Amino acid sequence: MKLITAIIKPHQLDEVKEALEAFGVAGMTISEASGYGRQRGHSEVYRGAEYTVDFVPKVRLEVLVDDVDSSDVLEVILKAAQTGRIGDGKIWSIPVDEVVRVRTGERGVDAL
Amino acid sequence: MRLGETAPHDTLGMTTALMPFAAEPPVINEAATAFMLIASSMVLLMTPGLALFYGGMTRSKSVLNMMMMSFGALAAVGIIYVLWGYSMSFGNLQDGTSDIAGIFANPFHLFGLSALTGDDGPRLIDPFGVGVFIPEYIYVGFQLTFAVITAALISGAIADRVKFSTWMTFVVIWVTIVYFPLAHMVWGGGLLSGSENGLSAKLFGSTDGVANVLPIDFAGGTVVHINAGAAGLALAFVVGKRIGFGKVAMRPHNLPLVMIGAGLLWFGWFGFNAGSELAADGVASAVWLNTMVATCAAAIGWLLIEKIRDGHPTSLGAASGVVAGLVAITPACGALSPVGSIILGLVAGGLSALAVGLKYKFGYDDSLDVVGVHLVAGLWGTIGAGLLATSTGLFYGGGGEQTVLQILIALISLALSFVLTYAIAMGLKATLGWRISEDEESEGIDQAEHAESAYEIGGFAASSGRTTTTRPAVPSEQAEGANA
Repeated sequence: MKLITAIIKPHQLDEVKEALEAFGVAGMTISEASGYGRQRGHSEVYRGAEYTVDFVPKVRLEVLVDDVDSSDVLEVILKAAQTGRIGDGKIWSIPVDEVVRVRTGERGVDAL
Repeated sequence: MRLGETAPHDTLGMTTALMPFAAEPPVINEAATAFMLIASSMVLLMTPGLALFYGGMTRSKSVLNMMMMSFGALAAVGIIYVLWGYSMSFGNLQDGTSDIAGIFANPFHLFGLSALTGDDGPRLIDPFGVGVFIPEYIYVGFQLTFAVITAALISGAIADRVKFSTWMTFVVIWVTIVYFPLAHMVWGGGLLSGSENGLSAKLFGSTDGVANVLPIDFAGGTVVHINAGAAGLALAFVVGKRIGFGKVAMRPHNLPLVMIGAGLLWFGWFGFNAGSELAADGVASAVWLNTMVATCAAAIGWLLIEKIRDGHPTSLGAASGVVAGLVAITPACGALSPVGSIILGLVAGGLSALAVGLKYKFGYDDSLDVVGVHLVAGLWGTIGAGLLATSTGLFYGGGGEQTVLQILIALISLALSFVLTYAIAMGLKATLGWRISEDEESEGIDQAEHAESAYEIGGFAASSGRTTTTRPAVPSEQAEGANA
């Protein structure tokens, strides 16, 4: 199994979620995140004093998938999250040893 | 408030019924009384409005302390005004007893104000001598709200970093030594008023006991705004900078609060300015309109400067422009035409927008720009009244005497407030001390001084916890560590 983590623009979230549902992904977890990459931040001016805000708001989206689906799911997220403008985010996947469904105790792929 | 001043009436082409020699006992003017009850309540609302205006501009870890400085001033000044404040400023107004060198009246003359109810019920007062009598109680109430907001205004200069107990002590000493005397000097027939013993009479002569050139300060450019601004500057010097000033971002944490606060200030300010006529009449109506348009113009002026200089018209700029305009029109609102008020406001907004950058240049941490907004716009409004007054102003062919006089009263108020406030602040620094510890300041003054937090920041982590019935004996710093 794999854990796919995507850091995306907040306003791309709905599009990514819908694309994942259409592909058949049964669930996901999101959290609000802040960060920057090549985009860096933006500047704000208050009473003439300029502040650089480095960390910009992002959504961190996590999906657990079976090994065979992982590259497809990654591709689905990529397509839905991409605007082509700077700040679109990153996606990565890492191997997962074990997954347990808390309600039933099912393990492995059955728990996905 | 314009003791002995008649210029605005003439200016606006209205006649003032002069009281014939009072043979009959005075009769209450109920319209004026109703108006003053409402106006006083509106001015009171300005202080909670100011708390929101300032509170939104601080960081989220110090918003409660910022708001508490306003509410604390409200509570403290409200009481001492009745005890000795009114006596010091206006105690001699009614019975003509002499004051002390034109600086303040006997603080114990009307101590506690029980003398305001006589054998015939509540005593009436006609401060301008125009035959409009209102109960002295509401005149006290109106003046009380002015003293409150002036003290509260200062707090913006020292946000995030001072002991609440020192602030409260400062407020009591400051209004007693600085505010009450200055209010007496300008409005209570003292040195800066149009009385025959005042500065203007000495410089330009007097006729029948009234100065030939009357100082214009309709509602408090000197007493309230120059005073609070100069005091803020002195405190910023003595108290020192916040940790990280000029290096770390100290952004306003809640601009909608700032805008609500500015809106409440604007609303209340109509009570402040129009109420200063002490009657529901034509002058009060003209004042209302002048206050309105000057404020609009100042908001535009501030936004124009921002658009040109920074590229974006900001909400903080609009809110700040509103306040700068209100400040500038305060002394001038009874003496200008509506068009003159627009010009005054436009310049006020622009000037203040430029002036708020001075603190970075000169390195004093006037956190929320009490100097840039109140001192600068207060100076401009007071001096601008000399230029733009329709009856005596320089631009209206009135000669330079009014302008010279306006510059003098502005600078004297500035110097007086700065020097006295500096001395009080140094005294408190040596005794009680001003600053909370560096750790407390970094953690946030709300926790350190009030043991509260304004918001649940951090979601579940912040809202979890359990109720304890006994207070932990450990210092708050350790208690926080345990929760984290």
